[in-house]
Amino acid sequence: MWWQATQRLRQDRIGMGALAVVGAFVVMIVLVSLHLLASDWAQERGVHYANPTFLGPGPDELAMIEPPPGQMLDLTAVDPLAPHYADIERRTRALATTLKPRIQTLPFGGDRYGRDVLKKAIKGAQVSIVVGLAAALVATFIGSLLGAFAGFFGGLIGDSLEWLYNVFTSVPYILLIFAFAAVSGRGIASVIVILGLTGWTGVYRLIRAEYLKHSTREYVRAAQAIGAPPLTRMFVHILPNVSHVILVQLSLNVVSFIKAEVILSFLGLGVSVDSVSWGTMLNEAQSELILGKWWQLAAATLFMAVFVTAFSQFTDSLRDALDPKLR
Amino acid sequence: MTSYLIRRIWQMIPTLVGVILLVFVLFHLFGGDPAEIIAGQNASAQQVEVIREQLGLNHPWWIQLWIFFKEVVTFNWGSSWATHESVSHIFLTRLPATLTIMIPLFLVTLVLSVPIALGVAYVRGSLTDRLIMMATTVALSVSFLVYIIVGQWLFGFELAWFPIQGWAPSLWTNLALYVPLPVLLAVLVSLAPQVRLYRSFFLDEIGQDYVRTARAKGLAERQVVFKHVLRNALIPILTDISLQLPGLFVGSFLIEVFFSIPGLGREVLLAVNRSDYPVIQATTIYLAVFTMVINLLTDVLYKLVDPRVVLK
Repeated sequence: MWWQATQRLRQDRIGMGALAVVGAFVVMIVLVSLHLLASDWAQERGVHYANPTFLGPGPDELAMIEPPPGQMLDLTAVDPLAPHYADIERRTRALATTLKPRIQTLPFGGDRYGRDVLKKAIKGAQVSIVVGLAAALVATFIGSLLGAFAGFFGGLIGDSLEWLYNVFTSVPYILLIFAFAAVSGRGIASVIVILGLTGWTGVYRLIRAEYLKHSTREYVRAAQAIGAPPLTRMFVHILPNVSHVILVQLSLNVVSFIKAEVILSFLGLGVSVDSVSWGTMLNEAQSELILGKWWQLAAATLFMAVFVTAFSQFTDSLRDALDPKLR
Repeated sequence: MTSYLIRRIWQMIPTLVGVILLVFVLFHLFGGDPAEIIAGQNASAQQVEVIREQLGLNHPWWIQLWIFFKEVVTFNWGSSWATHESVSHIFLTRLPATLTIMIPLFLVTLVLSVPIALGVAYVRGSLTDRLIMMATTVALSVSFLVYIIVGQWLFGFELAWFPIQGWAPSLWTNLALYVPLPVLLAVLVSLAPQVRLYRSFFLDEIGQDYVRTARAKGLAERQVVFKHVLRNALIPILTDISLQLPGLFVGSFLIEVFFSIPGLGREVLLAVNRSDYPVIQATTIYLAVFTMVINLLTDVLYKLVDPRVVLK
């Protein structure tokens, strides 16, 4: 079945194109994680809001400030520091200071501190995608495990898991995330835990239905007849037959959790201040647009849009390739 | 019908107890010490101890659970830790603003998405269909945040068609002046997923045998589409609407934050940021109740839309 699905996926040109884009992002993330790419994103190399290179250097804002008209007032008579100025001047000259030359333009512009926006977007891609992927893994794992138990055993276990599901789904999703965020700390790990613990219900629903269906199938009853214990039947016999559902759910979750992470980070409930994600970039971009500094917004939006579109397209193709009903 | 309603309401009780337990466990086990949050950083150990006594934090957990339970049932949540405003007052004063935004948004989206989806589903496979579907894919991949940031800048700042943000005490001023921009932006965002979803509902129906039969017996195309397809597709659409309804009450918190609208969503977010537990707990539990009621109403509505549905 997997071989057939791979064949089908290969024939899907849009799917393969999307896979190539996703693959490129994965390579980028691996390079970032190995500190081979964008490891110096936090260095302030450019001038304040450096222009993108293709726009050419911006006007020197300091030079544009006109000197105040009129004569400076002589305050020597009342200034208590006046006798010390000569001394202060002498002492400062004794200390060597070097002013680091700032670059006028950066490849895709700079932010408020002169950090390279392109590098920030690449580093942010790593944070956002890794958080989305990890949270999706957690949620899909919890959902599949609980769904398997609820669907396979039914009875008391099934009822109590159904109860848990009802409890989680009766609270609006965003409110549930807020409630979890209120009690947990900030940072990458808490975002993963929050999204993982709140996002398992969709997977649970589907996997439970699959296990309900499969647990009475003949191959499972045959396994029971030759003495396979319940856990073996669940995870050795049934699991491979429902794994395609899990895979599709996993990739659907990745997209929605990346979006959720961006919003949480934007609101200050996500990754910490010293780290960068697409959400924190958008947060900074909010006040930059009015100054005409559009590049940080463009970079974060573009990176996110390309990745999310490619990943959603790939998920669609994956589902088409794996869904037996469309065969 | 009556017995059905009674049984459904009876079944809500375990779920409600579960929600109360979930909130209690979450805040009790994982939340910070409430006494220290209230007392602030400069409080003496004695002050913290007094607050602990007042909140009943020195009791064993089952008594605290009982106190919590009583708070839920009697609607007596006390007051916000940060502002000392009573929680019920927060609800009553913040909800109107949220609804002023969310009801127009909900209606406009619905009125636009159903016809567009029906139209696109009718010409499925055509260039128009593929273009619109591609547009929705792209629209979906851009974060909501970007829509708001760019929209506020473009319509509020560059073109100056609308005030960038603000809120007035009068409903009509709000509707005329402050509501249009947030609603416009939110409609742009919610239209894409809605059209995709409803299109798939319509496609499911258009392919059915009864549609072919209706055409075969010579019904006018208008009757086939509006009487047969539309009415049947209304059932999944109704489910989707019922899933959205509870969300109307927390509002789109992002919209409220960006546009400084004094609504419930912004209040909850503020509460999260300042660890104001009573507000978060109360909102969570009451919205859960509300969701359950909406679900019940939807099931009853199914019966009205589709006489074949048997409630059991």
